[in-house]
Amino acid sequence: MKRLRKFKNVEDLRKTIQQQEATRQQETKKVITVSSGTCGQARGSQKVIEALKKALKAEGLKDQVIVRITGCHGFCEAEPNLIIYPDRIFYQKLTPEDVRTIVQETIKDGRVVEKYLYRDPRTKERAWYENEIQFYQKQKRIVLGDNIFVDPTSLLDYLAIGGFKPFLKALTEFHPEEIIQTVKKSGLRGRGGAGFPTGVKWEATRRSPGDIKYIICNGDEGDPGAYMDRSVLEGNPFRVLEGMMIGALAIGAREGFIYVRDEYPLAVRHVTLAVDQLYRAGLLGKNILGTEFSFDLHISKGAGAFVCGEETALIASIEGRVGEPRQRPPFPAQKGLWKKPTCINNVETWANIPLIIQNGAEWFSSIGTAGSKGTKIFSLVGKINNTGLVEVPMGITLREIIYDIGGGIPDGKAFKAVQTGGPSGGCLPASLLDLPIDYESLTAAGSIMGSGGMIVMDEKTCMVDVAMYFLNFLRDESCGKCISCREGTQRMWEIVKDISEGKGKPGDLELLEELALATKDASMCGLGQTAANPVLSTLRYFREEFEAHIYEKRCPAGVCKSLIRYVVIPEKCTGCEACKRACPTQAIQGTRKDVHLILYDKCIKCGACLEACRFEAIEAQRDEAIIIDKEVRL
Amino acid sequence: MITMKINGVEVKAEEGWTILETAQFYGLEIPTLCHHEGLSPYGACRLCLVEIGEGAKAKLVSSCTYPAEEGLIVHTDTRRVIQARRMMIELMLSVAPYSKVIQDLASKFGVTRMRFTIRNEECILCGLCIRMCAEQMDGKAIGFQNRGYQRKISTPFDIRSEECRLCGGCIYICPACQLRCQGPQAETALCNACLTMDPTCLDYYDELQCWMYDAGRCGTCVREKK
Amino acid sequence: MSANQTVNLEKIQEIVERYGYDKSKLISILQDIQAVYHYLPAQALKLVAGYLKIPLIDIISVATFYRAFSLKPRGEHVATVCMGTACHVRGAPRILEEFERQLNLKKGETSEDGKWSLETVACLGCCAIGPVVVVDGDYHAHTTIRKVSNILHKYQK
Repeated sequence: MKRLRKFKNVEDLRKTIQQQEATRQQETKKVITVSSGTCGQARGSQKVIEALKKALKAEGLKDQVIVRITGCHGFCEAEPNLIIYPDRIFYQKLTPEDVRTIVQETIKDGRVVEKYLYRDPRTKERAWYENEIQFYQKQKRIVLGDNIFVDPTSLLDYLAIGGFKPFLKALTEFHPEEIIQTVKKSGLRGRGGAGFPTGVKWEATRRSPGDIKYIICNGDEGDPGAYMDRSVLEGNPFRVLEGMMIGALAIGAREGFIYVRDEYPLAVRHVTLAVDQLYRAGLLGKNILGTEFSFDLHISKGAGAFVCGEETALIASIEGRVGEPRQRPPFPAQKGLWKKPTCINNVETWANIPLIIQNGAEWFSSIGTAGSKGTKIFSLVGKINNTGLVEVPMGITLREIIYDIGGGIPDGKAFKAVQTGGPSGGCLPASLLDLPIDYESLTAAGSIMGSGGMIVMDEKTCMVDVAMYFLNFLRDESCGKCISCREGTQRMWEIVKDISEGKGKPGDLELLEELALATKDASMCGLGQTAANPVLSTLRYFREEFEAHIYEKRCPAGVCKSLIRYVVIPEKCTGCEACKRACPTQAIQGTRKDVHLILYDKCIKCGACLEACRFEAIEAQRDEAIIIDKEVRL
Repeated sequence: MITMKINGVEVKAEEGWTILETAQFYGLEIPTLCHHEGLSPYGACRLCLVEIGEGAKAKLVSSCTYPAEEGLIVHTDTRRVIQARRMMIELMLSVAPYSKVIQDLASKFGVTRMRFTIRNEECILCGLCIRMCAEQMDGKAIGFQNRGYQRKISTPFDIRSEECRLCGGCIYICPACQLRCQGPQAETALCNACLTMDPTCLDYYDELQCWMYDAGRCGTCVREKK
Repeated sequence: MSANQTVNLEKIQEIVERYGYDKSKLISILQDIQAVYHYLPAQALKLVAGYLKIPLIDIISVATFYRAFSLKPRGEHVATVCMGTACHVRGAPRILEEFERQLNLKKGETSEDGKWSLETVACLGCCAIGPVVVVDGDYHAHTTIRKVSNILHKYQK
């Protein structure tokens, strides 16, 4: 890597950007990009990278091929993957041995190796090139797309893809008010979940009296199942920092904080490296590029508290206190960090800013729907074939995301529900698959956009169990101040837990709804106010499932342990003894080639046998031994 | 002066007042539990909820912490408020069922049933004791620990605190619960009432350094003496 | 290792000094102390209260509020099972049960011999490779009930 030196002035930086861009565009060598975010590393990408470098050296190709290690590309299902440029051949799910073959066959001899290509789960066809892969086709990756082209640990690499041109534009061609008007006109709304118009928030902060103002990047992505912000912070931290610098110009802030979750060590590392490099390059600190603009950035780590994603709790955390939200008004824009006007935006929101400045408000507002402009990154996870991060224009339907991009549900199972908005959101059933994604339509359906988590569930997911899961999460993450939230989530959890254990009684659902309404109405902050959403949405769309648990003591999906027992299906059992070996309590009887039998007095319902069976010969069925409540409704 | 409307009546508030302070100034009654004039407002009990705004944007806020704002429309006893208030009392009752104060609130506001399993913790985590200790007595011996359903109030490490000066302020201010006597010379963190109360037996048994509270009820030392 | 392990006064002071005795840096200070001792010894907290001139109870409030901190010693090896929504839907609860069975611990507990701690985390953000289990900083992807004993075995030496 070239040594970074301080940029003396605007021209200095502009020239370097031009040079870097030119070098990149005129690259004649082959480039191999390997994705290596947290997930990639967990799947062995570092060994793959080592093997790649060794193989290239062995074949004498070290100087003819550039290896670029990037952050997450978003196609997590395919990790570790690599792309060979200029052809953009896409190879996936690689091991170090695979890489040696690839170097020999593709790099040296120019032949594509079919078995490493992506195969569409539905059509079973292979795709050679990245742009043929269905996963990418319906996406519009204006934010995430650059992850593929940049080494997140190198400022110069970021300049090579045109980085900091937007900042220079904002610095030299715009008055701060004009920057705000551009953001307002673009229609950008907060990507953290609430969807508040970003430009309006900036304006309110700028207009607040006082010389000292702060901006904060909310990287406390606490929604379980959501990791878009992690990917952006790991894979393109400079984009976020550039957005913050433009924001600082617009609002008049001279200090900023990036609050990153403690659970994201790689993101913390990359952001820290990026901030360091910006300081060394003179792009942070006093009199940046010799102008009047001074800006300092600090990194603040979270310590494991979901509630710290709430603005006032986040501020309390940066101030070294317990993450307890406080009453608003006054809003952070008026009195925030250390009682000064503060503007807090989500990682993805900041990442959109350079694009809006560079390409214009009209460009941005041409994407999306009337009320929701631009794109949104979603983490498509759960029971889905193509797990990964997808960036789509607002207005696309759930069906397109789940089936066209996501490749549908694996193992031939049926779609049951998709959960959006994390613990503040709700579950949407199959009847709403054609719902266009935008802030208003999701809220009207009983969910919310949220930060972008999209968890797909199939017929084997129990909605009572899902409701219980979220309530358990919320009762633990609640700060505990308001009795409505603390006791509300606890008591709702108790009721749903009883229902899942076959102890539900008539009147439970009505009590649940009453409690849900009280929690929503009486709580002070967003966590409590939306805590009831998972329960209310599952009751709205899957009430029969709750009723089956209560009145029939039956779990249709075969999940709630107290209501099921595992049964061997004689016609499918091949007598292979796999389940017997897997059972931790020796509860399975049967010799080789004989139909096996599960002994209920020993069975602890751990599910290991179901996992081990390759013939789908074990099923979770209703436990007939449960004593039926006196008021059975059939 | 800030002009607002409470229950349809125009009221004027000083800068920095909360809705509750304004209402109390005009003699309007809003129930409270975790609020105390001499201590900072906290907003834990949610009893002082009022409905602000109109139509679809109306929402409930705790009047003890919400600042008086120009043009604010406030209603103190709408159906929404009453239903929420009742549920709060029901929830409090289920964790402190023997508290006279909460029982009185229940009968006053029409809470006639308790549909949750009783978990007698004798504490509704209103935080008054903490604020009393910190703000009035400058003790800072007790505080909130953990969060969510595991939240509790205690001294550091749940042992007798060096900062605690046994002033009894926490017991005095507690609206809901009786800190029960643990017996003479108990190694508990929060028992210290007797030094400020007036147990008659101390006149006779002060050499025992008795920690009794509500003298005569425990009687252990008396029995021991016998 | 007891909860009252004696700490090195200089070490604690050095950490507090690193952050300029800034009260607002309490969380970072506690994180650094935990990085050294693998938990927050009581004595360390008392020292920090003294150095930063913050009431001890406020430090305890912070240390118990945030899940990253532990006031009890952790085991030599820490197994953390991710319980995020995506991992949950893919069977994380059953995997946690298997860990509980194999380690003879409930979540949040440390074994008597101090070798193992079993913990859970709300979400690690690696949903694509779920169910995820992290042992001593190593991420294990696509965990199944049957893989648990192999995973534990790797660290048993």
